[in-house]
Amino acid sequence: MPKFSDASLAKVKEIIARYPEGRHKSALLPVLHMAQAEFGGWLSTETMDYVASVIGIQPIEVYEVASFYTMFELQPTGQYVLQVCHTGPCCLVGADKIIAHLESKLGIKVGDTTSDGLFTLKTVECLASCGTAPVMQLGRRYVENLTEAKLDEMIESIRGNKS
Amino acid sequence: MSRKILLEHADVPGIDTFPIYRQHGGYDSVEKAVKMDPMAIVEEVKTSGLRGRGGAGFSTGIKWSFLDRKSNNPRYLVCNADEGEPGTFKDRYFMEKLPHLLVEGLIVSSFALGTHTAYVYVRGEFFWIIEALEVAIAEAKAAGFLGKNILGSGFDLEIYVHPGAGAYICGEESALLESLEGKKGYPRIKPPFPAISGLFGCPTVINNVETIAAVPWIIVNGGPAYAAIGIGRSTGTKLISASGNIKKPGVYEIDMGITVEEFVMSDEFCGGLLEGRTLKAIIAGGSSVPILPAHLAFKTAAGEPRLMTYESLFDGGFASGTMMGSGGFIVLDNTACIVRNTWNFSRFYHHESCGQCSPCREGTGWLEKVLHRLEHGEGKMHDIDLLVSISKKIEGHTICALGDAAAWPVVSAVLHFREEFESHVKNRGCL
Ligand SMILES: Cc1cc2nc3c(=O)[nH]c(=O)nc-3n(C[C@H](O)[C@H](O)[C@H](O)COP(=O)(O)O)c2cc1C
Ligand code: SF4
Ligand code: FES
Repeated sequence: MPKFSDASLAKVKEIIARYPEGRHKSALLPVLHMAQAEFGGWLSTETMDYVASVIGIQPIEVYEVASFYTMFELQPTGQYVLQVCHTGPCCLVGADKIIAHLESKLGIKVGDTTSDGLFTLKTVECLASCGTAPVMQLGRRYVENLTEAKLDEMIESIRGNKS
Repeated sequence: MSRKILLEHADVPGIDTFPIYRQHGGYDSVEKAVKMDPMAIVEEVKTSGLRGRGGAGFSTGIKWSFLDRKSNNPRYLVCNADEGEPGTFKDRYFMEKLPHLLVEGLIVSSFALGTHTAYVYVRGEFFWIIEALEVAIAEAKAAGFLGKNILGSGFDLEIYVHPGAGAYICGEESALLESLEGKKGYPRIKPPFPAISGLFGCPTVINNVETIAAVPWIIVNGGPAYAAIGIGRSTGTKLISASGNIKKPGVYEIDMGITVEEFVMSDEFCGGLLEGRTLKAIIAGGSSVPILPAHLAFKTAAGEPRLMTYESLFDGGFASGTMMGSGGFIVLDNTACIVRNTWNFSRFYHHESCGQCSPCREGTGWLEKVLHRLEHGEGKMHDIDLLVSISKKIEGHTICALGDAAAWPVVSAVLHFREEFESHVKNRGCL
């Protein structure tokens, strides 16, 4: 069973207090973000049920929200999720090539995870970073002005740290 | 000429911290505002001519005056920092550089509207911005500009940051409110408008980041001073996100009144096209607005220089004009494929449609499918007119404007670049 640390539970309480009395459901998105970060990078049914109980709403209210928003993962992912933007402006300056390069470098297709569980490759829509395209989101930050060389170096260094 | 109102201090080292921001005149507008009559602030904003920077360009002062002040319910100010429109990245840049200017704008605006709670709905992917705003809010509070009895005025205000979670539709104001209530981002049927029944069923004003950020300057310098910048009903400055096939992509603050040609070609802004390339098209206001071919980009159909104003960009309507939109300015040169770009955008709208109404849910998917086959050499001539016919069935028949946003880029691309679509049919794909 997932369980927030005491510090996280205090944070949840503080978040709920941002909204008027009886509007605790408003805390759902912020708390789901916390849960995803704390419980392995994705939202299992157990995690969603737990979030429902912590906020004081029905599990179904959590499921329907978690499945609506793309930032919530409903399946386990690799340790590093490469979320490359493939919307128009990024494609004008080479996002397609970057994605193809990543597929061949990692030996997987978009949507898949490498067999060592290290990388998941995803495409996402405009990240509001079109001026520094191509771009991807990696964890809680963006990697901008992507080049094949930059990605190769990054992937090698992650792999190196693991072996 | 670029005039810096919003970005004047953007490059001052440490401007994201309270003490440095304060040294540069930060929070002066709060000191002035709390001594004013709130309605006088609304009037000042009306006089300034400021129009919403989120896309629709509606007068901010008039929007504020619609707020129901008679109900016994609390009133809310919600700042739209969801920034999802492809081609738009100005709010992100602005919040990274000047988080305190947004906080300052929120305080003054809240005072004017008589709201005691303001929420900033920030795109969930912007983890670092959410943190920066929370730091700025805490610093402002510690200095007495937020919280109880601000500067001894008796006015109380709390500002909370609320993360989204990856859904373009939550930038639409009523979907944003649903999302803020912890629900799926389903746009609401209007009326009632948020000014009467918005967040938690209470009177609510929703404004874009850039709109709120313009308010402090207006209060310090006066509405007439703001109205003196720009041309006609396009007053003040505008942040433009420039991307695509240009030498210097980035965020630029412009005086509304410079020409499109100057914006694209001069070194002060986009820096022109890459060597040896020619202009094919521009998309002036984010992916949702009509695309303009090169011959209509720098000049209107009447042969006048096209200006970076709401009116001039719209000159000619949808036959030969476009819209300012969010100011997401995308440049396409001769290497870009219009069919491919249009297909890409229709995939975006299909992906982001909330699925609530059938013309949008089914129509966006259908557009994507037809454009996909055209781009991949499997299209037929009649597919080209089919695109227009599907678009017309979506446009104006949906709950929110995402439907229109999906239709306009397709209709305009076919209108201005029909031969490129035909060539994709004849040559079975891109040449
Ligand atoms: C599909 C869709 C997406 C939108 N996305 C945004 C957005 O990301 N940011 C924004 O400020 N406005 C967005 N808008 C416009 C808002 O609905 C609203 O008009 C705006 O936030 C009002 O603020 P303003 O008057 O200051 O412009 C969007 C509208 C639609 C229809
Ligand atoms: S137009 Fe599209 S996005 Fe808007 S409510 Fe209808 S289905 Fe949802
Ligand atoms: S299109 Fe990729 S960040 Fe905007």
